Amino acid sequence: MNPVNYLYLAALLFTIGATGVLIRKNAIVLFMCVELMLNACNLAFVAFSRMHGNLDGQIIAFFTMVVAAAEVVVGLAIIVSLFRTRHSASVDDASLMKL
Amino acid sequence: MENLIALLIAAPLLGAVVLLCGGRRLDKTGHWLGTLLAAVSFGIGVVLFADMLGRGADDRTLTQNLYTWIPVEGFQADMAFQLDQLSMTFVLLISGVGTLIHVYSIGYMEHDERRRRFFGYLNLFVAAMLLLVLADNYLLLYFGWEGVGLASYLLIGFWQHKPSAATAAKKAFLVNRVGDMGLSIAIMLMFTTFGTFAFGPVFGAVGEASEGKLTAIGLMLLLAACGKSAQVPLQSWLGDAMEGPTPVSALIHAATMVTAGVYLIVRSAAVFNGAPDAQLVVTVVGAVTLLFGAIVGCAKDDIKKALAGSTMSQIGYMILAAGLGPIGYVFAIMHLVTHGFFKAGLFLGAGSVMHGMNDEVDMRKYGGLRKYMPVTFVTFGLGYLAIIGFPGLSGFFSKDMIIEAAFAKGGTEGWILGGVTLLGAGITAFYMTRVMLLTFFGEKRWQPTASDSGSAAGSGHEPHPHESPKSMTVPMVILAFGSVFAGAFFEIGERFLKWLEPVTGYSHGNPPVSAMTVTAATMVMLLVGVGIAWAMYGKRPVPVVAPRGSFLTRAARRDLYQDDFNHVVLVRGGEHLTRSLVYVDHSLVDGVVNGTAASVGGLSGRLRKLQNGYARSYAVSMFGGTAILIAATLLMRAV
Repeated sequence: MNPVNYLYLAALLFTIGATGVLIRKNAIVLFMCVELMLNACNLAFVAFSRMHGNLDGQIIAFFTMVVAAAEVVVGLAIIVSLFRTRHSASVDDASLMKL
Repeated sequence: MENLIALLIAAPLLGAVVLLCGGRRLDKTGHWLGTLLAAVSFGIGVVLFADMLGRGADDRTLTQNLYTWIPVEGFQADMAFQLDQLSMTFVLLISGVGTLIHVYSIGYMEHDERRRRFFGYLNLFVAAMLLLVLADNYLLLYFGWEGVGLASYLLIGFWQHKPSAATAAKKAFLVNRVGDMGLSIAIMLMFTTFGTFAFGPVFGAVGEASEGKLTAIGLMLLLAACGKSAQVPLQSWLGDAMEGPTPVSALIHAATMVTAGVYLIVRSAAVFNGAPDAQLVVTVVGAVTLLFGAIVGCAKDDIKKALAGSTMSQIGYMILAAGLGPIGYVFAIMHLVTHGFFKAGLFLGAGSVMHGMNDEVDMRKYGGLRKYMPVTFVTFGLGYLAIIGFPGLSGFFSKDMIIEAAFAKGGTEGWILGGVTLLGAGITAFYMTRVMLLTFFGEKRWQPTASDSGSAAGSGHEPHPHESPKSMTVPMVILAFGSVFAGAFFEIGERFLKWLEPVTGYSHGNPPVSAMTVTAATMVMLLVGVGIAWAMYGKRPVPVVAPRGSFLTRAARRDLYQDDFNHVVLVRGGEHLTRSLVYVDHSLVDGVVNGTAASVGGLSGRLRKLQNGYARSYAVSMFGGTAILIAATLLMRAV
């Protein structure tokens, strides 16, 4: 199969994620959209790795997964404590830090 | 011997420190201590004088270097003193007349509860004035110069509870500051021109400097002299300075401090000799002030202010003589010394009259006092004869010499200056005769009204004129002796000329008229002046309320509008200047600053709207920014 198709899929997934980040209010959904964008990048890395025949892209994908895992831990903790204090997971409600 | 020089200054300085820091426990004895220390200074002066006479004319200068005051590489100022014939003359005058006036003040200030402080200030003045005349460089002279200014300020405003006295003190201080500015600029000019400001090196190097530089230095020194010696255009403070206690007027504003300007010019003779233009300005200032002071003196009804006008006029004579160059230096100093005697005596006499008349100063309310105050009358009368130049008395010799020297200047200048000095002699005779007639002759004109001079004694009852106590009359008698004999003593065998010549130099000039002619002309002027005064104030009764008078009289009563002139030109002008500067500051400077601040504030107020707190709008800007960056990168690559 032509590896370019994987790139199209990655671009599609990234766009879906980015759109989700911009239009959804719920912090959990927003978070999932971010994960979607990260994984779209991973897919692109792996696809390029295959196309160019070197392993650098695959190694970077592993790094991304580790960073994403750490990010999920911290991000979910923040969302949970936010929900506990404000009884809402809407990102638009958490707008206190402005002038 | 030279180690004694510092003691001259140290004695009165010690007195000032002890009296001013000693507190109330010295109230009982303080005035004796002050007088004693002034007398000690005079005693040391006499010892040094005797020693100086014992040495040859070329070997008379003593120097004492105490320590280096400002030890900076290339800028050395020594705390060093120089005692030559000129300084010696001043030392004897200052400490001698100063001691007499200390004695006089014991009686005059008897009822003043702040007498101790008064003596402290007097001691401070004597110390500063001695420092001024003993300094061997201009910077130290400047120190003494400021010191006498301070003492003058403190003593004019001694009765500071009177607003007029406080204002007068401030005025004297401010006007003097203009002159002091001149002295400091002169010192800086000397330093840049000669690299030093010590007397010896500066005078030695005068020949190497350009005439323009010397003229600039000379004019700045003249500005300084104008301030301290109350010469036109900085003369306005002297009349008001009479608000101080009368001994202060006698010591500081007649005999010593106001002559510091003459000292400065004569001391800087070498500089002026190299700058004929500056000398010409000096003579013009002297001539103008001479007439100015004399005219003002003619119209004043306040006895002290009339004498103040006279002081101004007599110092005008000295400045004029000093401006004549080597022809006049000696006579300027000679007139200064004789003036010190008779003017101090006149002021002390005026103080004695005021003492007996409930501090009344209006001469129109005196009259016929010769019967009540015989000693004051005789001593004041001798001072009067001396100042108008009655033949044989001291003013006759010293003033005559100046008039002759003015003619000897030669050319048109000589005739003009000589004419002015002659005219001045006539006016002097007029106003002094007027003072004499109003005060001591005619009917008694005092009334049982409260004196409005604000004194505690003016409690509404009729004054009972009485002779003053011994402590006041004795100094007056001694000064009267000086007024009578000093001139003749100086003149016989040209003693004073021979004494000062090694320091100031002397040239006879070439007088266009003989000395006898000048003397005769002076006598005529004197008789005319006395005659007019007699016709106006002796033959006719004197009205208690001053008549309106002619235009000139009214102008002279207001000091020839000097204060109005200063007010319109300097005060108003200054106000306009500051107002326009404030306007520029508000509109331009503040406008730029405030405008910048306002535009930054407005811009940030708009930018602030972007910080709306919605995470997703930040995400939009992030995405947008990234998209633009990527697009730009791709575009650049394509190009």
